Amino acid sequence: MSFYNEYLKYKDFDFDSFFKNTTDEDILNTINKDKLDKFDFLRLLSPTAEKHLEQMAAKSNKLSLQHFGKSIILYTPMYLANHCSNKCAYCSFNVENDIDRKQLTLEEVEIEAKNISKTGLKHILILTGESKSKTPISYIKDCVKVLKKYFDSICIEIYPLEEDEYKELISAGVDSLTIYQEVYNEDIYDKVHIAGPKKNYRFRLDAPERGCKSKMRSIGIGCLLGLYDFRIEAFMTGLHGYYLQSKYLDVSISFSLPRIRPHVGSFMDLHDVNDKNLVQIMLALKLFMPYAGINISTRESESFRENLIPLGVTKLSAGVCTEVGGHSQSNKSSSQFEISDTRSVSEVAISLERKGYQPIFKDWVHI
Amino acid sequence: MDKLKIGGTKLDSRLFIGTGKYSSNDILPKVIDSSKSQVITMALRRVNLDSPKENILNYINKNCILLPNTSGARNAEEAVRIARLAKAAGCGNWIKIEAISDNKYLLPDNYETIKAIDILAKEDFVVLPYMNPDLMDAKRMVDAGASAIMPLGSPIGTNRGIRTEEMIQILIDEIDIPIVVDAGIGKPSQAAQAMEMGADAVLVNTAIASSSDPVMMGDAFRNAVIAGRKAYLAKLGSVKKFASASSPLTGFLQGDE
Repeated sequence: MSFYNEYLKYKDFDFDSFFKNTTDEDILNTINKDKLDKFDFLRLLSPTAEKHLEQMAAKSNKLSLQHFGKSIILYTPMYLANHCSNKCAYCSFNVENDIDRKQLTLEEVEIEAKNISKTGLKHILILTGESKSKTPISYIKDCVKVLKKYFDSICIEIYPLEEDEYKELISAGVDSLTIYQEVYNEDIYDKVHIAGPKKNYRFRLDAPERGCKSKMRSIGIGCLLGLYDFRIEAFMTGLHGYYLQSKYLDVSISFSLPRIRPHVGSFMDLHDVNDKNLVQIMLALKLFMPYAGINISTRESESFRENLIPLGVTKLSAGVCTEVGGHSQSNKSSSQFEISDTRSVSEVAISLERKGYQPIFKDWVHI
Repeated sequence: MDKLKIGGTKLDSRLFIGTGKYSSNDILPKVIDSSKSQVITMALRRVNLDSPKENILNYINKNCILLPNTSGARNAEEAVRIARLAKAAGCGNWIKIEAISDNKYLLPDNYETIKAIDILAKEDFVVLPYMNPDLMDAKRMVDAGASAIMPLGSPIGTNRGIRTEEMIQILIDEIDIPIVVDAGIGKPSQAAQAMEMGADAVLVNTAIASSSDPVMMGDAFRNAVIAGRKAYLAKLGSVKKFASASSPLTGFLQGDE
């Protein structure tokens, strides 16, 4: 069994007819339900539901307070390298793009870690481009050993691995995995992943499940909003999370909602996802899986992120640089994408406090 | 009010409170004061010794008993390691065992919990296990060395009240160590209900933390727990299925005597 079987069930589903037949009454009934099924979730992603965002937001706020309280976990990404073996139409790290490539030495990792830890953060997300030859598991393990001295929780966002490889990283100190499918539609996936190992749709799709099997504590998934119809992509993302949570009860599932940002490259065949659309996705996910986390990155603007907080956000990045060595090196690389919210960790923390939320720097303990 | 005795310690308050989900740690001392709680639970994973502002221990009155919990542990082995870390971090020897391997409902795993109690009680911890209310498992927990039993009223954070009433009542009737109803209590009236049933204490977090005025809500829970305990001690009047008519239907029989 794999989520792929679930994907196939809905691959040729007539979404247009379903949305056309969704009434206002359906939406209101769905909002009032205690437990939503998959079609309730899809209804909340319909154009009809756009008229009921306020009611959805009120419920989302209530559910979020119940499950997570008024606290938001802060973390920051740290780019270890930007070498990549893939040709992805939408990414600056595309192997054919002429950008500054860089990979941190272990000494540089330590300096970077020291600088980040001065901000008080205890959670870190480490990223690489997707090059298994340039940044092999052994290198990532060595980096994790250095980072363990400074951080309580280490999450990886790297190329998809085999189950045993995830286990290897867990024993080194990694506890969480973030991996985006980018686009669930298999045809678009094939189109935008022009060449390289990332072209293997199934291997990527099953990576979160391999992470669950290897006993990762938390798994973050998502699609890159803008590559295909957001309603269908959000539906598949939610189904994927639901599939993982139902099968692996001990894993904490969270969703990220990255919208495509300006980058080096020329991919232009984008599907617009406006602020209202993103809010609708977030609310639908929260009502469908209230116990799942929602992570909003600095791809979004400061003011938009601020407004999203009471709607169910559980995790925010802060003090973000998407360049390799961005937290300490004067000789930085090119960035993966342009960030929008450039605030420091303390600025984000202060703004959360002003909104009546507690910024959480540490939510994990090494055992 | 009569005192509650757990692990050799006598407590005036029968309301335990949690420290999670608040908008700020600054409010904690005020909630502790208004609730008059003496036992405060906190997740060890949230204890940040490196940051004075974030270190939750700095907000808990020194007269209170810390009840670190093993939140995040999925099995006995992890719970034991977290308990030992808590002790090493200076949190004392009380420990609330949470062994939860279900992220959806956050239901405790009684089997793993019993294993953890067995190890930690031998290491002189005062062990308070969060558990699914089951009589046989509760007995095993007592045998393993638990100092109190903490059955759930309904799943954590739901504020749905005491949905497991029948099971908890059995534990109250059959188990000789203190019963602390934990999780699910969403209103002061539900805390009073637990106390009227004969529970020895209640633990409340979400209901206080997610209210608009946690300080006032802490006070409301304090009063509810006192009221419920007094009602229990005073012994509630019996509940009758049929009315006792002031003009008995069989009164006419008296004339035949």
